[in-house]
Amino acid sequence: MVNFGFAPLEIKIHDLDKSNLQLSSWIAERDETFTQCIACGCCTATCTAGKFTKFSFRELCHSIRRGEIAKAIAESEKCMLCGKCTLVCPRNVNTRNIVKLIRKANQKFKV
Amino acid sequence: MKYHPFVIPFSIGLAFVMLYIVGMWAYWIIRLSRREQKIVWKRLFSFRTIAAIWESMMEGLFHRKIFRKHALLGYMHMSLAFGWFMLIVLGNFESRLYPHSNINPPYYPIFFEFFRHDLSPLREYEEIFTFLMDFFLLLVISGVMLAFFKRIKSRILGMRRTTKHIRIDRIALTSLWFIFPLRILAESVTAGLYNTGHFFTNFLGQNVIYNLPLDQLYYPAWWAYSIALGLFFVTLPFSRYMHIPSEILLIFLRKYGVKEKEHHSTFTKIELNACSRCGICIDTCQLSTNLNISNTQPAYFLRDLRYSQPNEQLRETCMMCMRCVEACPVGIEVVKIRENERKEHQLYSENSYNYLNGYSYPKAKVAFFAGCMGHLTPSVIKSTLKLFEAAGVDYTFIDKDGSICCGRPLQLGGQAIAAKQLIDKNNALIHATGAELLVTTCPICAREFRHNYHLNIPVLHHSQYLLELVNSNRLKLKKTDLNVAYHDPCELSRGLSITEEPRELLSKTVNLVESGKQIGKNSLCCGGSLGATNISAEQRRTIAVATVNQITQADTNILATACPLCKKTFCSAQDTVAIQDIAEILANNLANIKNQNPTKKSAEREVITA
Repeated sequence: MVNFGFAPLEIKIHDLDKSNLQLSSWIAERDETFTQCIACGCCTATCTAGKFTKFSFRELCHSIRRGEIAKAIAESEKCMLCGKCTLVCPRNVNTRNIVKLIRKANQKFKV
Repeated sequence: MKYHPFVIPFSIGLAFVMLYIVGMWAYWIIRLSRREQKIVWKRLFSFRTIAAIWESMMEGLFHRKIFRKHALLGYMHMSLAFGWFMLIVLGNFESRLYPHSNINPPYYPIFFEFFRHDLSPLREYEEIFTFLMDFFLLLVISGVMLAFFKRIKSRILGMRRTTKHIRIDRIALTSLWFIFPLRILAESVTAGLYNTGHFFTNFLGQNVIYNLPLDQLYYPAWWAYSIALGLFFVTLPFSRYMHIPSEILLIFLRKYGVKEKEHHSTFTKIELNACSRCGICIDTCQLSTNLNISNTQPAYFLRDLRYSQPNEQLRETCMMCMRCVEACPVGIEVVKIRENERKEHQLYSENSYNYLNGYSYPKAKVAFFAGCMGHLTPSVIKSTLKLFEAAGVDYTFIDKDGSICCGRPLQLGGQAIAAKQLIDKNNALIHATGAELLVTTCPICAREFRHNYHLNIPVLHHSQYLLELVNSNRLKLKKTDLNVAYHDPCELSRGLSITEEPRELLSKTVNLVESGKQIGKNSLCCGGSLGATNISAEQRRTIAVATVNQITQADTNILATACPLCKKTFCSAQDTVAIQDIAEILANNLANIKNQNPTKKSAEREVITA
């Protein structure tokens, strides 16, 4: 590695090559729209739960893609399944179904 | 006593089916909850029993609801049920009028023509009995023939698709189909040999099959008839035909006030058995008509639930629009059963929404709740509030800064634990406002508030409240010549039985133009349903476009709806016709001058108490 004279803290490095993509592929297999997300954040902007707490579907997808399974599963419980995000999504991501899949993963992956 | 060994298959079958039915009825009644047994017992000797008997006859024998759907289909069901019933009743009368021994076994009336060839002891009744028996046999066989044609070309009987049956149903169905042709054969052979029967069997025996070896056919024909009957009776309890005894019990229990609970119960078992899988729900379902998903309809869902467990795909693929409930000739609460089945799979914990706490809004007489979908269509909220202002309503907007979801979307997915938490939070919020009335723009919320919140104040959909305001002259509307079609939202029309108020309201300001049969409780779903999570955006769009095409005509200026979700779904699916909420149309045609008179408070009290 090139020595720049400074380096990121070890703890802050997220090595995507070593991410646990189990949940990501498990969801993508069951709902292919999961892969269509462009992280535009429309879902977050309209989110009902997001009005009251720090919750974001976009972040949820990020966490899953980064392999932070436990975090994603814990976060997903905040969703009220109201469906506004599904209606505003410009990429037609089936958000409610994906949240339900993450909730199901809770039982499947036992984290 | 007359006897011949060929009656054995029939007798065994009859004994078996009778014991089974009596056993199951007793088992079900014993397994009803204490409270249900109590209300049944209390109401047993009342008009409800007479009403139940009447309905059993109208539905069980004449199939009135199917007649309303399609005359020929109704005739098919009626001819089989009523025709066979009359054959049994008349056969019994005939054999009892005929001089007989003290023992009159059950098979005697059924095979009366075999045992008695000379009916002259019936004297003046001979003619009428033989005629009626032939007439009803002809009626039944016409039904069997229609049923047969229905399997080949169902459209003749008004059905696009018929149910795909499992093996046991096919066996039962085939034996049922064989019963009547075999009876005609047996009676015609007898008529050929002994000149019995009347215009139908006598004619066949004497003029059509007279040169066949009737002597050799005589016993085989009666044996075959008896075997077909026996086979049908033995398969009945395990096949779709269990609906015959179950439906009668269901009609009685329903009349006494027993209904589906928040979880599966004995009543559910009775309903599952009462489903005849006639397949009327398949054509009613928009997943079938628009998307060709024809394997998840109630006929299949209830069947799988009766025999084992429906799989996830079967359980979840449903928009919960309740069109099937409206169409079901047996009146099974399919959507409630499906919701309860979904409840078996809870995905949330009791602490899911701990982050929600302490919100308050100013106190007022009327609490206005826009709901999530309301917030997604700000123009609806704006218009409603404009109307409230114009009428001088003392309101408080209890989800001005974003709502806590009412819980209905979770409820539709069976997530009762999660929904309960939202219900508690919203309940506290509503109580804190001290409101005497709750108004919501969203029928989904309105239904949840009415059915699951147990609020002690009335809940009105905005179309109802606005109509009250217009009728009490607090809102004045201009008449315009716009042609408006109205779309009934599922939760409003079928969920809350509100179909007239929006129409009355619209006709006060625009030309309400309606076409087709898909209105009111038979309305189509917009496709945006929150009940299904596993249908894609593209599929939803297909449903939305089909629905818009059905309810609008070339000269329709605006398609009005009373649900923000329907509006949003229609708007994003097509741009051929403008979609507006009722509140928007009213707000655009408002004739009120702002702040007309200050005596609003007293008038408002009238509305609330009304």
